[in-house]
Amino acid sequence: MTSPVVEVRNLRKTYPGAGRGAAPKTAVADVSFQVARGEIFGILGPNGAGKTTTVECLAGLRHADGGTIRVLGHDPQADPTAVREHVGVQLQEAALHDKITVGEALDVFGSFYPQRADSAELLDLLDLTAHRDQQFGKLSGGQKQRLSIALALVGRPQVAILDELTTGLDPAARRATWDLVERVRDSGVTVLLVTHFMDEAERLCDRLVVIDAGRVVAEGTPAALIEGLEGHRGVRLRFADDAARSRAAQLLTALSERDPDVVGVVPAGDEIEVTGTRKVLFAVVQALAAADVVPDDVRTVERTLEDVFVQVTGRAYRAEENEEVAA
Amino acid sequence: MTAVETTVAPRAGIKARGFGKLFATELKVWLRDPAAVFFALVFPSLLLLGLGLAIPDFSKPMTDAPPPWNEAPGVTSYLPTIIALAVGTIALTTMPVQFATFREKGILKRLSTTPMPPQNLIGAHLVINVLALIVSTCAAVVGSMVVLGVPFAADPLTVLLVLVLSTSAMFSLGLLVAARAEKGATASGLGMLLYFPSLMFSGVWVPLSVMPDWMETIGLYLPLGAAAQGLTVGWFGTDGFPLAQVLVLVGWTVVLFPLGVKLFRWT
Ligand SMILES: Nc1ncnc2c1ncn2[C@@H]1O[C@H](COP(=O)(O)OP(=O)(O)OP(=O)(O)O)[C@@H](O)[C@H]1O
Ligand SMILES: [Mg+2]
Repeated sequence: MTSPVVEVRNLRKTYPGAGRGAAPKTAVADVSFQVARGEIFGILGPNGAGKTTTVECLAGLRHADGGTIRVLGHDPQADPTAVREHVGVQLQEAALHDKITVGEALDVFGSFYPQRADSAELLDLLDLTAHRDQQFGKLSGGQKQRLSIALALVGRPQVAILDELTTGLDPAARRATWDLVERVRDSGVTVLLVTHFMDEAERLCDRLVVIDAGRVVAEGTPAALIEGLEGHRGVRLRFADDAARSRAAQLLTALSERDPDVVGVVPAGDEIEVTGTRKVLFAVVQALAAADVVPDDVRTVERTLEDVFVQVTGRAYRAEENEEVAA
Repeated sequence: MTAVETTVAPRAGIKARGFGKLFATELKVWLRDPAAVFFALVFPSLLLLGLGLAIPDFSKPMTDAPPPWNEAPGVTSYLPTIIALAVGTIALTTMPVQFATFREKGILKRLSTTPMPPQNLIGAHLVINVLALIVSTCAAVVGSMVVLGVPFAADPLTVLLVLVLSTSAMFSLGLLVAARAEKGATASGLGMLLYFPSLMFSGVWVPLSVMPDWMETIGLYLPLGAAAQGLTVGWFGTDGFPLAQVLVLVGWTVVLFPLGVKLFRWT
């Protein structure tokens, strides 16, 4: 078996409290994971979960308080320069001079590395060819973000760390960026993708860890995590009137008590949502038919990583503070 | 998996791979900022020529000065002050804002992820600022000689020595101003707070020749004041060697430079 490209074991990082008397803040309490060569590995979690702190430690930008890190066989904590030439990093918040052009930035960053990617190819890959002579300050958010990715790739890295690369992008730009990340992976680069978007992680990651409050709360492939959900299938039922709905709710609640394939029955707006095993739809339809209660509409609901998060933390997933639960 | 093949550890300084490219690009980009270029390069000469032509006393010969200076125009005694102002303007206004902005924008942090140490970006800009200073000083000296008829320095080597030491003392102060500031605006405010008193004690508003003794004494112990005084002594060459001023400038450099480097935040 090949050894992992990135290995993090029991990582710990506490920030001293800001200001006099402020309590220290443990950003990373206990994080462990391994990344295999050639995969897109996700680090997923809500705001403040400790994702950026984790990747900054493994890029050798921050000193961890505990745990061990190996990147390409080196310890970036002890020897941060050892991996610089082989790890490309796209930071969550990092700009450039307003007056430097796209082409100049690529040229100058490329000159730092022993092997550099072809600028024209990279510009093409990132859809920036038309903006080659445009100054950084005049680029759109998406274009800046793509340039940032280009700069992370210009040294032909073996590992690319991409932190929140689609935050602030419009849906079309996000999808384009997702395609891009897949192309980067297909070109042989191992990608460490940090995100607080569930859909992004689900769509892109081969494997991922879910981090909450500085700890890993789930790990695996998106499909396996969803499969592993208790009652991971869902059915939504709509009825013609309130009477039919309450009659159905009664029947289904009783059903859930005697049938292990039916796990939960909860009202969802003017519908009822029933969760359970892959046999749940069959059981529900049978029970309703036997009582002659006919729903107007029956839909199966797809489970997502969001449900995984809810199950492992017992809380709704809020990607951003002060934001409603993502739809 | 194979470990990364051992490569030469990234080097600091001009031997780092890509330093030449970094320097050239930074210079090119710096020249695109009209405000920085104006204040660093043009402002001192413009002020000197403007005042030299506008103030009547500045064009009259300094009759009470010892010969041969009694035939030189009055603005001659203002030239050393303007050279000090050129140093102070770059060290306290342009440079700290530049460095703090690099931090604010995450440019230093981004460089930390590459084989190019962020120290080299600061190094490149120190060199760019020294070049800017050479250009602006030469412009002020040549401009005042050609346009206003100011005679050249009596003791050019002393002037050069004081200029080098003034630059090291003032750039060290500028580095310290930029060391912790999280934002360009913070560095700008702090720099201004030091800039205006510095100008006052180096004779920008009250010329050194008519400055009260107590002000001159305070000025001697301030880096920009010592700079203006030392440059004046070197330019006229009638008062021997400005030993006290040179020692003060060395002292400030020895204290401020290591402090600035030690306190400088790279992320
Ligand atoms: N430099 C710092 N000093 C003090 N506390 C910090 C610092 N950086 C981060 N923190 C705190 O540590 C916690 C984890 O921060 P981190 O940036 O790692 O989270 P994150 O998962 O990347 O969040 P986001 O999705 O917002 O990027 C947060 O509570 C944050 O406030
Ligand atoms: Mg983050």
